[in-house]
Amino acid sequence: MSESSPFALFPNTASLPWADVPEWPGAEFVRATAGELDRGARLCAWFGVPESKGVRLVAVIAFDADNTLAVGRSTPIVGAYPALTATHPQAHLFEREVHEQHALVPTGHPWLKSVRASAGTAPAPDAFFRVEGREVHEVAVGPVHAGIIEPGHFRFQCAGEEVLHLEIALGYQHRGVEAALLGGPHRATRSQIETAAGDTTIAHATAPAQVLEALAGAEAPLRAQWMRAVALELERLANHTGDLGALSGDVAFLPTAAACGKIRGDFLNLTALVCGNRFGRGLVLPGGARHDLEPARVVAVLERLAPAMEEVERAATWLWDAASVRSRFENIGTVFTPQAAELGLVGLAARACGLVRDVRYDQPAGWYRFAQAPIAVWPGGDVFARARVRWLEIQRSGAFLLEQLSAPPESHLLDPLPASAPDTFAVALVEGWRGEVCHAALTDRAGRFQSYKIVDPSFHNWAGLALALRGQAISDFPLCNKSFNLSYCGFDL
Amino acid sequence: MNVLLDVLLRAVVWLALAPLLPGIITKTKAWVAGRRGPPVLQLSYDLARLWRKGVVLSTLVSPGFVIGPAVAWVAVFGAALLLPLGALGTGLGFEGDVLLFVYLLALARFCTAWAAMETGSAFEGMGAAREVSYAVLSEAAIIAAVLALCVQSGSTSLVAMLTPAAGAGAVLLAAGLFVVLLAENCRVPFDDPNTHLELTMIHEVMVLDHSGPPLAVILHGASVKLLLFAVFLTEAVLPMGSLTPLAATGALAASVLVVTLATGMTESLLARFAFRRVPLLLTVGFLLCLFALLFAWRGGPA
Repeated sequence: MSESSPFALFPNTASLPWADVPEWPGAEFVRATAGELDRGARLCAWFGVPESKGVRLVAVIAFDADNTLAVGRSTPIVGAYPALTATHPQAHLFEREVHEQHALVPTGHPWLKSVRASAGTAPAPDAFFRVEGREVHEVAVGPVHAGIIEPGHFRFQCAGEEVLHLEIALGYQHRGVEAALLGGPHRATRSQIETAAGDTTIAHATAPAQVLEALAGAEAPLRAQWMRAVALELERLANHTGDLGALSGDVAFLPTAAACGKIRGDFLNLTALVCGNRFGRGLVLPGGARHDLEPARVVAVLERLAPAMEEVERAATWLWDAASVRSRFENIGTVFTPQAAELGLVGLAARACGLVRDVRYDQPAGWYRFAQAPIAVWPGGDVFARARVRWLEIQRSGAFLLEQLSAPPESHLLDPLPASAPDTFAVALVEGWRGEVCHAALTDRAGRFQSYKIVDPSFHNWAGLALALRGQAISDFPLCNKSFNLSYCGFDL
Repeated sequence: MNVLLDVLLRAVVWLALAPLLPGIITKTKAWVAGRRGPPVLQLSYDLARLWRKGVVLSTLVSPGFVIGPAVAWVAVFGAALLLPLGALGTGLGFEGDVLLFVYLLALARFCTAWAAMETGSAFEGMGAAREVSYAVLSEAAIIAAVLALCVQSGSTSLVAMLTPAAGAGAVLLAAGLFVVLLAENCRVPFDDPNTHLELTMIHEVMVLDHSGPPLAVILHGASVKLLLFAVFLTEAVLPMGSLTPLAATGALAASVLVVTLATGMTESLLARFAFRRVPLLLTVGFLLCLFALLFAWRGGPA
């Protein structure tokens, strides 16, 4: 499908000269992108690059079936251009973001309001979508919540207990990560990027490392790629286990909730054993990895991994065997497969709708070119499906780790990285535990970042949560929310 | 003078023992989860702490915001004093006191819902709506149970009703009243007393805006209500009259403990129901009590 694409094709974690990226005038560029999306491509990133004569739009799309990425750009635009969202809803947040950052107006966008702009310390109080009617009432939740969780505002339009519409307003944690990266990489860059979403540290550290390696035309040593894969799967194990426990806690099912909280800690401690930090901070460096796993520690990791896998198996069995849990999970918060495809959901939220979509398989890079875990897919799109995909991924990541740890590749760990090529564009996709983490960088004439775009999987998936709530009881919102467990700070950047 | 002393002693027993029950439930849950859990007296510590705190009042609320919890506490406490304590009987009983008992519980619910509506918060309105909707069914179950006891004992005084055994319907009555106990005291599977998720709460969300002493009164009242239902359930089922005073008191204490542990175990091993299934379970509770009534009516003397 991709062969006849007018876009520039390139594999994941590769770079290409900026001049080789085809360009179109604004309206034609939107039409060309729409054409590619109609042919089965998926929008990974859509952002603006400001230039002296206007703002260039850049579209990074993925042809999953062909295992290839493609990129196109527009000529500099000033003012308005026809919205891509009008025909392809998966672009809706991207276009709102471009509108907010570069004051371009996508004409025909149905809901053009700010994404995370701040009026003082909070997002601008734009009008929320309202449902009118005598029986309709509005419920506002957040941004300050009762638990220790991140801030976000949820506005429900309800008829009694039934939710007619949910609108989600985020941006309370906007720190300006992308803006801080411009002109980089500098000394703070690595720690700024890897904390884009703290629970996805490895994925958000691996992607920029691969971007920098692609820009320098280098590749990390094999052993470093292996280390990154091991850390990434440990991160997946810890978060999925924690989520199974949290889901169980939300329906007040005590046994699994209590056990998973403890086992999540075991997995985090394994990451700490690998690199000294429970979230893997500082492990991944551009050009390699900082810490090695010598044979003695490989044995130690294996010795602690096996019992933790047994324990999580037991805790999950309690969950699946409890009829009371099943009746809470099934047919709640359903996102239908066509909706998921149209919204461009990624990661486990997409796989729980029966979409076979996994960067580790579709766009393999790094160690995943040599070793793969089977994709975990479950049809249904409800809370049960999302819990089930988590469980399948726990099993498969566990098996993957046991297999990989028993045969580590031999090589050194870190190569000094040459300087980034000037005027070059590079993209890296990494399948974090929530889904596709996309980092795209464009260098200027000196090889510094002229533009750096981070797309956390949450950016794609929040709209999925809003849709999942349609027609649900408002009391099931926390459960649906937990089943997606999206990142606020990864979205807010 | 003796009557006054008797009532005072009873009051001390009710007020001091009630906060132990939530502590025991929490301990049971902690034990199942393999944790140590907070001390059994945690609620008492919390009450002491809350009592020393100030009160935050919204500018919107009328005095009802504070009066509501106070009246509710008095109503529940009054209902508790009407219940006989094993062989000790009751100091305040009279013919027809069971009607007062039922109405005092209804008054307590009304006052809690009233105080919740005072804030004008969407959450508390939702919680109050849920509470009174489910009360329609749980009150029907209580009334059916009370009728069953009335028919069986031929009396409308709590002492006379609760002294003999419940007869053939005892098992039905025990099951039905246990369901009502869980629902009325916001336990799993109806409500989750531990949750922090406002949107899923029933009872908890109604008291979100209360603080300091009024919150302490609400929490203490809730524990008295739990003890009240545990005592009522026990006495409705066990033949208290046929035991020696010492055995009756011991049996009462042991049964209350068993009911509390059973609540803790239910909470540990069962997930919470979705709201749309709550009426189903409450209807089952009502039907159990109704069949106990039919047994009492048609089954003849036990």
